[in-house]
Amino acid sequence: MSFLSYLINGISLGSVYAIIALGYTMVYGIAKMLNFAHGDVIMVGGYAAITMMMSLNANPFVAVLVAIVVCTVLGIVIEAVAYRPLRNAASPLAVLITAIGVSYLLQNVVLLIFGSSPKSFQSVVPVPDLKLADGALTITGETMVTILSSMVIMIVLTLFINKTKAGQAMLAVAEDKGAAQLMGININGTIALTFAIGSGLAAIAGVLLCSAYPSLSPYTGAMPGIKAFVAAVFGGIGSVPGAMIGGILLGIIEILGKAYISSQLADAIVFAVLIVVLLVKPTGLLGKQIQEKV
Amino acid sequence: MNKKLKSNLITYGMVLVAFVIMQILLSTGHISSLFKGLLVPICVYVVLALSLNLVVGISGELSLGHAGFMCAGAFASAFFTKCTMDTITVSGLRFFLAILIGAAVAAVFGILIGIPVLRLKGDYLAIVTLAFGEIIKNVVNAFYIGLDSKGFHFSMKDQFSMGMEPDGQIILNGPQGITGVSKDSTFIIGVVLILLTLFIVLNLIDSRDGRAIQAIRDNRIAASSVGLNITKYKLMAFTVSAALAGAAGALYSHNLATLQASKFNFNTSILVLVFVVLGGIGNMRGSVIAAVILTALPEMLRGLADYRMLIYAIVLIVMMLFNWAPKALEWRERYLGQLFKKTAKEGK
Repeated sequence: MSFLSYLINGISLGSVYAIIALGYTMVYGIAKMLNFAHGDVIMVGGYAAITMMMSLNANPFVAVLVAIVVCTVLGIVIEAVAYRPLRNAASPLAVLITAIGVSYLLQNVVLLIFGSSPKSFQSVVPVPDLKLADGALTITGETMVTILSSMVIMIVLTLFINKTKAGQAMLAVAEDKGAAQLMGININGTIALTFAIGSGLAAIAGVLLCSAYPSLSPYTGAMPGIKAFVAAVFGGIGSVPGAMIGGILLGIIEILGKAYISSQLADAIVFAVLIVVLLVKPTGLLGKQIQEKV
Repeated sequence: MNKKLKSNLITYGMVLVAFVIMQILLSTGHISSLFKGLLVPICVYVVLALSLNLVVGISGELSLGHAGFMCAGAFASAFFTKCTMDTITVSGLRFFLAILIGAAVAAVFGILIGIPVLRLKGDYLAIVTLAFGEIIKNVVNAFYIGLDSKGFHFSMKDQFSMGMEPDGQIILNGPQGITGVSKDSTFIIGVVLILLTLFIVLNLIDSRDGRAIQAIRDNRIAASSVGLNITKYKLMAFTVSAALAGAAGALYSHNLATLQASKFNFNTSILVLVFVVLGGIGNMRGSVIAAVILTALPEMLRGLADYRMLIYAIVLIVMMLFNWAPKALEWRERYLGQLFKKTAKEGK
């Protein structure tokens, strides 16, 4: 039974990683950049929700909606101000360092406004815990809501990318910017839309993460951000189903590693698995192998 | 005197002049104790930036786990110093050996990591270096080593499961790390290490091997088609870089009362990468200047209290936009053309 409950916890944590990884992987696929500020957008989403609920006594649903709007706007602004001017820079490292600068900026702005002491986050999930098999197996409401909402997000996102015009435009820009522009696709608009979706997802991930682990500080986003980045690479960066699979696998490995091997070494185990996967499949589980032409 | 030699001599000279000025200021007491405490860390970061620039600028691979090598060097050297406190009493000799050991251990890690990792490319290589950096940090964090009359004891669980005699000495205490390493690092040793690093890196760049490394960076396939052994040269750059980072780690660990693995996290790797990119990728003199200014800057801004990291972040973003955005470069050329013409030429 304990194995089953670890497994469910793993899937739940993995679902959050998957939602964050979706943002990473979509942005990477389309803008070919590692957005290191993504983890901090999660943290901003958490703070937006907590402010709405604590200070303004808003309904949790309203709070989540506000968090999504705040993060979406934030994502669009960051892209327009910090990343767009560097899109054609001589070195891809330039935009990477700028992303790190944005990450520091978000952390310190939040630090100045809310202070460094961690805030306890009140769960936004109004679902009671589910007890199975005479209480031997408890599934918390947060777990159920996390898994369910991530499944809904994945299905909607897949449909959006494959069935709508805007989604197809994203795929086209990711494939070949020049050709997409010649077909009349607005590149700047499409990239901004990608950042908007990624950041909106980050807000949801932030609220879910803080509901499950109820503590929020300006540095909360950093580690989940890195883990989600690993998950995205694990699944094959740039691939949407890859990010989902990578995220969930990563969550399961982390929780099982913590439970059965060593809680201190759980992160090391996660990273070791990543390395092994990349050595066997150098572009991740679902990544495309691109042949280099001479 | 050819152009390259002249440029290299300017770099050495710059370090020496800065050193002499600092010494004069130190002896006349014009330096605050706060800044005095910063001198060794500045040397550490200069060496780190130089070593990372070898990988990022010369070999053209993005490494996000440089703090891992620093961690290996720092702990190996601190461990050595703790163990030989009583046997080697000359602190200069002991520290010299400790730096060598730190460099050697980091180099071994560099080879171990490099062999599998350098088969990957681009961002995948970057993420694996990040992963290795985190693994080194995590494993050191969970490691316990003790010493008593029967010899060494190891554990991955806690200090009691080592089964030591009661009078035994705990050397590495898991997350608490190593405490009480003798503070052998001085500014002079730091500057000597900088000069040595510069000598190694600049000579490597100008050597036959260095040209091979740069050829592989510029075009991997073309380089391999003229018979260059790609793995060998990439591994060479990676290992030399790791060894230098290990030496920097040794300098770092002998400047602190307590040495904890959690210090060597992803943020440290990123910090060094920021030095390299802001100083100029592949430009060693730039790395030195950027590392000095950016290490000192947050301390200089201390008067601004809570706002200093905010200002640091804004400066970072603005500098990157100003230096790299194609539009900004165009603007610079048009309005500040005269000012930047010379540097543009040198860059080519």
